[in-house]
Amino acid sequence: MSVTDAPRIVTRRLGTPRSWTLETYLADGGYQGLRKALTMTPEEIHEQVNTANILGRGGAGFEAGRKWGMLAKPTPVYLTINGDESEPATFKDHMLIEGDPHQLIEGALICAYAIGADQVFLFVRGEFPLGIERLQAALNEAYAYGAVGKDIFASGWSIDVVVHPGAGAYICGEETALLESLEGKRGYPRIKPPFFPAVVGLYGAPTIVNNVETVSNLPWVMLNGGDAFAALGEGRSKGTKLLALAGHVNRPGNYELEFAKVSFRDLIFDPSLGAGIRDGGELKAFIPGGASSPWLGPEHLDVLLANEKIAEVGTMAGSGSVVPMDHTTCMVRAAWRIVRFFHRESCGQCTPCREGGGWLEKILQRIENGQGRESDLDLLMDVCDNISPGVRWPPAQTTICVLGPSMPPPVASGIRMFRDEYLAHIRDGRCPFPPDRLPGKLASV
Amino acid sequence: MSETARPYRPPYVTQSAVGTSPPNPPVTDDTVTFTLDGKERTAPKGTLIITAADQAGVYIPRFCYHPRMKPVGMCRMCLVEVTGPRGATLMPACYNPVTDGMEISTDSKTTKKAQDGVLEFLLVNHPLDCPVCDKGGECPLQDQTLAYGPGESRFVEEKRHWDKPIPLSSLVNLDRERCIQCGRCVRFAEEVSGDALIDFADRGDSTEVATFPNEPYADHFSGNVVQICPVGALTAQPYRFRARPWDLEQVESTCTSCAVGCRTAVQSSSDELVRYIGIDADPVNWGWLCDKGRFDFQAVNSPERLRVPLVRKGDELVETSWPEALALAAEGLGAAARIGHGDQVAVIGGARLPNEDAYAWGKLARLALHTDNIDAQLGDGLPAETVLGLPRATIDQAAAAPVVITLTGDIKEELPVLYLRLRDAAQKGRSIIELSPSTTGLTRYTKVSLRYRPGQAPALAHSLVAGDVPEVKALLDEAVEKSAVGPAIVVVLGRPSLAESADSVAEAARVLARLEGVAFLSGLRRSNVHGALDMGLAPGVLPGRVGLDEGREWYSQHWAAELPAARGLDTAGILEAATHGRIGGLVLLGADPLNDFPDSGAALRGLAQSRFVVAVDTFLTDSARKADVILPAATYAERRGTFTNVEGRVSWLGQMVTGPGVAWPDWMIAAELAAHLGTDLGFSSLEDIWAEIERVSPLHAGVTYDLLSSREGRDGVPVPLGSGGDLRTARLLDPMADPGIQSTESHLVSPTEFFGAGAGRLPADPSAAAPEMPAAAGRPPMLRPPLAGGASSSASASEDAGDLLLVSGRSLWDAGTAVAHSPSLSGLHPKPAARLHPDDLGRLDLAAGSIVRVSTARGSLDLPVAAEPGLAPGTVAVTFNLPGASAAGLIDSRGPVTKVAVSATAERGVPHER
Amino acid sequence: MARLTPANEERARQLIALYPHHRSALIPILHILQGQDGYLSEDGMKHVGELLGLSAAEVRGTATFYDMFHVEPVGKYVVAVCTNIACMLQGAYELLEAAQDQLGIAPGGTTADGMFTLEDAECLALCGNAPCATVNWRFFGDLDPQRFAQLTEDLRAGRLDAEVPPHGTLSRVDRNVGLGAPGQSVHGAGGPPPPVDVAAAAGGPHDAGIELATSLTMTAVIAHEGGRGLDHTGTRTDAPGGTDSQDQR
Ligand SMILES: Cc1cc2nc3c(=O)[nH]c(=O)nc-3n(C[C@H](O)[C@H](O)[C@H](O)COP(=O)(O)O)c2cc1C
Ligand code: SF4
Ligand code: FES
Repeated sequence: MSVTDAPRIVTRRLGTPRSWTLETYLADGGYQGLRKALTMTPEEIHEQVNTANILGRGGAGFEAGRKWGMLAKPTPVYLTINGDESEPATFKDHMLIEGDPHQLIEGALICAYAIGADQVFLFVRGEFPLGIERLQAALNEAYAYGAVGKDIFASGWSIDVVVHPGAGAYICGEETALLESLEGKRGYPRIKPPFFPAVVGLYGAPTIVNNVETVSNLPWVMLNGGDAFAALGEGRSKGTKLLALAGHVNRPGNYELEFAKVSFRDLIFDPSLGAGIRDGGELKAFIPGGASSPWLGPEHLDVLLANEKIAEVGTMAGSGSVVPMDHTTCMVRAAWRIVRFFHRESCGQCTPCREGGGWLEKILQRIENGQGRESDLDLLMDVCDNISPGVRWPPAQTTICVLGPSMPPPVASGIRMFRDEYLAHIRDGRCPFPPDRLPGKLASV
Repeated sequence: MSETARPYRPPYVTQSAVGTSPPNPPVTDDTVTFTLDGKERTAPKGTLIITAADQAGVYIPRFCYHPRMKPVGMCRMCLVEVTGPRGATLMPACYNPVTDGMEISTDSKTTKKAQDGVLEFLLVNHPLDCPVCDKGGECPLQDQTLAYGPGESRFVEEKRHWDKPIPLSSLVNLDRERCIQCGRCVRFAEEVSGDALIDFADRGDSTEVATFPNEPYADHFSGNVVQICPVGALTAQPYRFRARPWDLEQVESTCTSCAVGCRTAVQSSSDELVRYIGIDADPVNWGWLCDKGRFDFQAVNSPERLRVPLVRKGDELVETSWPEALALAAEGLGAAARIGHGDQVAVIGGARLPNEDAYAWGKLARLALHTDNIDAQLGDGLPAETVLGLPRATIDQAAAAPVVITLTGDIKEELPVLYLRLRDAAQKGRSIIELSPSTTGLTRYTKVSLRYRPGQAPALAHSLVAGDVPEVKALLDEAVEKSAVGPAIVVVLGRPSLAESADSVAEAARVLARLEGVAFLSGLRRSNVHGALDMGLAPGVLPGRVGLDEGREWYSQHWAAELPAARGLDTAGILEAATHGRIGGLVLLGADPLNDFPDSGAALRGLAQSRFVVAVDTFLTDSARKADVILPAATYAERRGTFTNVEGRVSWLGQMVTGPGVAWPDWMIAAELAAHLGTDLGFSSLEDIWAEIERVSPLHAGVTYDLLSSREGRDGVPVPLGSGGDLRTARLLDPMADPGIQSTESHLVSPTEFFGAGAGRLPADPSAAAPEMPAAAGRPPMLRPPLAGGASSSASASEDAGDLLLVSGRSLWDAGTAVAHSPSLSGLHPKPAARLHPDDLGRLDLAAGSIVRVSTARGSLDLPVAAEPGLAPGTVAVTFNLPGASAAGLIDSRGPVTKVAVSATAERGVPHER
Repeated sequence: MARLTPANEERARQLIALYPHHRSALIPILHILQGQDGYLSEDGMKHVGELLGLSAAEVRGTATFYDMFHVEPVGKYVVAVCTNIACMLQGAYELLEAAQDQLGIAPGGTTADGMFTLEDAECLALCGNAPCATVNWRFFGDLDPQRFAQLTEDLRAGRLDAEVPPHGTLSRVDRNVGLGAPGQSVHGAGGPPPPVDVAAAAGGPHDAGIELATSLTMTAVIAHEGGRGLDHTGTRTDAPGGTDSQDQR
């Protein structure tokens, strides 16, 4: 077991009584990182962040420092923090927002200062009203404390921060859809080019979009230096990573672990972490990085939790959510449920995703209910291919954004890894797992 | 809060309702070199792949892309495999510009697979009800499925279900099952017309086009979404189940519903008009039509059309034959003409007539009736010298000018497609300065909108010219610096309110004419009024914008006759003279002064006192009912001819159907009537007439039927030649942009067929496409701009600031014959109301919604009262010519302004229903 | 069918002032409208359109893109049962079926007494406590049919009034925070948010809103003593003892 002794960077205060208040935060060195940052030049901060090599924690794993470096220079410049967390089985930002909102605000301010932002928007998933309340209350405290607003800490630097609630649409986590939503529109992802909000973003102005966890690292990095951060982890994957473990484990939860030092096996089986499969069951497969990532099987348990290591086996670390599934899991049903999610959340803008999602869902539903045909497997793969040509990872796409191409991986993984199980459904005219068709009333849909 | 409220900032505008637009390519002369299906090609930098392919004759299938809207890349039908610096990827051709070294493959396996896949996805939830679909046979989805699609569907599940067609308005139906969510309609509403009364609702595959509950999609442009819908989701109520594409016949024509002159494809089935589609004429309408222009053809089909001549026998109008009717008309008019050397005859109207007919009637008036009492305008326009004499601008020039000043009515109501062009210009950063007594449809797009009280237009113009309004001064100064080619400032000039005299506006125009770099675009709305003026249907004006005295010698020589000695009367003068018994013979040339003249009392008295009245019309209007002889005329769809729009663009009208009964074209009536009067007008065909016009009019020199029917001239030719920039040399008609237009290339009636042998040769030399005005040797000079400030201020000094003044503008939906006789339009007019500034309402202690009596020296009207914050304080607005409640009974045409009183009536809170 | 109340219109104007472009305030204002009436009434949407310069169709079109907004009246409590993968693996569909049977409605339906609207929800980001549900967006994890029955009973009895606000909106969130000086913007872009009474903002009305006592369970994953990671401890009703982040004061 190679669970490390790395410090906890973003989750340190969680569990402390009233961890979300300014009082608690200040008692634990709160806003010292910002104070220190304000004594530095934006370039110096950027340098530290480059040294730290913080990979974006929102899913794409793009280096934060590199992203900031792409910022086009005309003003105004905006900073938008992505707290729309809705990726299935991902619940880490939720916890950071509710449990340590000041850390998020401080991180956002450091980022804003470093990139020369004119205004900051904290976009929080609308279904987190408690998080929004706490974040807003923290922001109010921060204004009163002098950490936000005019002439912050008498440094001469001023900025406004706005907490913006979403309203329930997974696609608004996609950064350009998020910006459209923030502009008060339907959350349609923008077509590329331009490729980066850093060039054309909110209201057409250069905009940095960073994930909640990404910027929550910044206070620590400011205080301890980019080197200290980079001393953790390995390769591209530096520092620690917050992993959301859900599904058939004994101890689901969020775990902050040093990058590249811990394997999936550790995460799932270490008694201090996942503590093994529930009810002593057997691991059948696991989703390694969010619902859109291609699945892995037990043979991949020793892959280290590092972005590039996970990419090497043809999938992704994504948002850091890991979902082990035990031997009682029907893989058709699992794929169906994930596809159903993406289908329901498709913005509807582009044809392959809008129509393909529903089609895939219907075929999978039919197979699960015992009405499949053998040709359905080829059909499934071909429909997948028409959404994401080649059905490879990272995906090619006929769509505007990668929501559409998130549908093929669970289907393709399932067919690749569990073809016999699919065929059994078709051959026997029913699902081999109880209940023998889709749960409950959905079976008849 | 209120003191911290910031000025309203509109939503970030460079994005459309859905999706975003690609970075605007810089306009440069740079070209890029790329390969398309293996062949090397070049195109200007910034050209979209889809456009570059079109130009190369390679068709890439598409649905959401429309050349007149921002590309959104949504439907994914146009995906092509592109190999560039990022390796081989699939890209939407409609969204990505060609770049140097790009290799585009429109027929590779990858491209085909992607396109087939998209098409299959589109059909997953499509009902495939083509046999009962209005679009069947001309449907791009159907066509592309046949051309590119898979043979049979692999989709076996149940499809998405919606209620079958639901009305979006009384004109447009929506079948959501057929919708492919391309967003063209919602993008049009938001991006082009600016009235986002429809939007996408819901999400994903439940996305539907929707109005707000109980707020129908009733703007002025809703028919366009039917035209651009690439499937049968949006259909027009008037066309529903009327025809199948293969039964349709088509001709290109020009819309005559207003003076913009949009180019149209007119379609008929079994000799009945069934549909109008906008043609994308680049200098004019970009493919758009307003709903009036699109649907008022129903009036042409109306059973109430005049079919045979009528003559008065006592109190009755009885049917008769042409010879008898003409003989009677000639007798009455001839007698009157002889008595007063032409002073006692008059012709009102002609703005509805095509150019040739206007010319024929003008010649008849001057030669056969010996009168200059002829006026195509009905007191609701401007003096001919003002319209014709000021330096003129084209629509394109107005749209490109850094500053547009509007001193005219509500352009959205009066010249709807010009509104679209100006709105587009404003969206692209041009500045509009509006001078108006009330808010208009354009107000939200103006940089500065200045309210003035009726009569104060000249004073306002003076202060602008003097630089007294800082915001305006800054814009004007900047405009002069910015403008490279074309006028820096274009004034759109018309009648801001019919209750403010034309002289007042004309004077303001003369003042504005002093601005540096200024040119004028007419804002007069009535059909071919500009053609009529150009053909001399105005007192003191001869064909070709020539003054009576300046042209006397030339025309008497060419017409071989004496011309009237003195300048005649305008409509107001004619009616006034008639009231005093001085008009013995009056011709109403498609004119209904009882409804259209701003002062209906004056019109009524004038008509009553005219001893003999001949009406030439298509319907038995209120005025025609008073006539002694009524001659049935053919409409624009039933005959050929030409038309002249606001900018002086001459374009042709196509004949699509035959007229009812024995209705004749107006020119033929003129020729026959002249013959009965003993005058030979000298022509027996349209070709004869036009040849004569081309020969004698200094304005029309070089504008031959050959040119008008050539490839270069088919979007019209601005006169005089050379005044309106280059003529078009190519029209790339995208069948997807306007499905339903039967390829105009093949359907363009050949000039030879159309205008007879010898016509239609294309100029061999491309430079001949834009011929210079030929040396018009010896022709008389055209009108000069009248001197600024020449006339004395007409605004009366007797009115003081405390008086309430009447303001009267127009609505697109009025009581005119075209709307009234088109069943699908006749219910669209707004409810009549008296509108006051909220402060005035408060001052007068009137409750919005209550019934008030609006009285002037001329009459009174009981109307519900409404608050309108956009009105100049101290004014009362009553819309002109709404069914049953026209301001025409209130306006005093004798004075520069009309004072008005508003008083409460006993009725309170009763909504005025009609 | 109501327009925004004067107080809510004032809040809407404050929200508008927070953003560089008015339309950005649309979604926050719609939350206020929904907080007022429980759903987005037609008059309310028109009113919002007037405030923002949008057509009513655009307001409705935008609102209906988002799952949280209802354009038809819904029950007093919107009960959203997550059935996404993590919850499904832990029996979410069985829970949903039980919920349907107990309430007598299918997902999307509302009970006859107007108490409950049931939704078949996507991932609610409480996967460590699967299967879970929200009631007016307040979290309840580790549910099973018995606990669900208990939950609805508590709701009916009003025992959860303190923590489950009506309509589940952001009505308790006071968002008019910004720079102290009215009328001037520090940086050109957004312009200044309106002034606030900072002391009141910090100490005042929010506190009530953010302190939620709960009898069931909340979003909760807390730091784990071992120092290397986080533990998912408790957060179960039967595991009190300072593990529920929301219980801590
Ligand atoms: C469909 C889709 C959903 C996404 N959802 C989220 C999300 O909920 N939260 C998030 O931070 N990033 C999400 N992302 C990734 C964002 O687009 C973006 O990459 C990220 O916010 C950037 O922040 P980072 O660089 O700090 O990771 C999503 C991307 C896609 C395509
Ligand atoms: S892939 Fe799906 S979610 Fe993304 S833009 Fe297209 S339709 Fe919308
Ligand atoms: S995506 Fe190009 S035409 Fe629709």
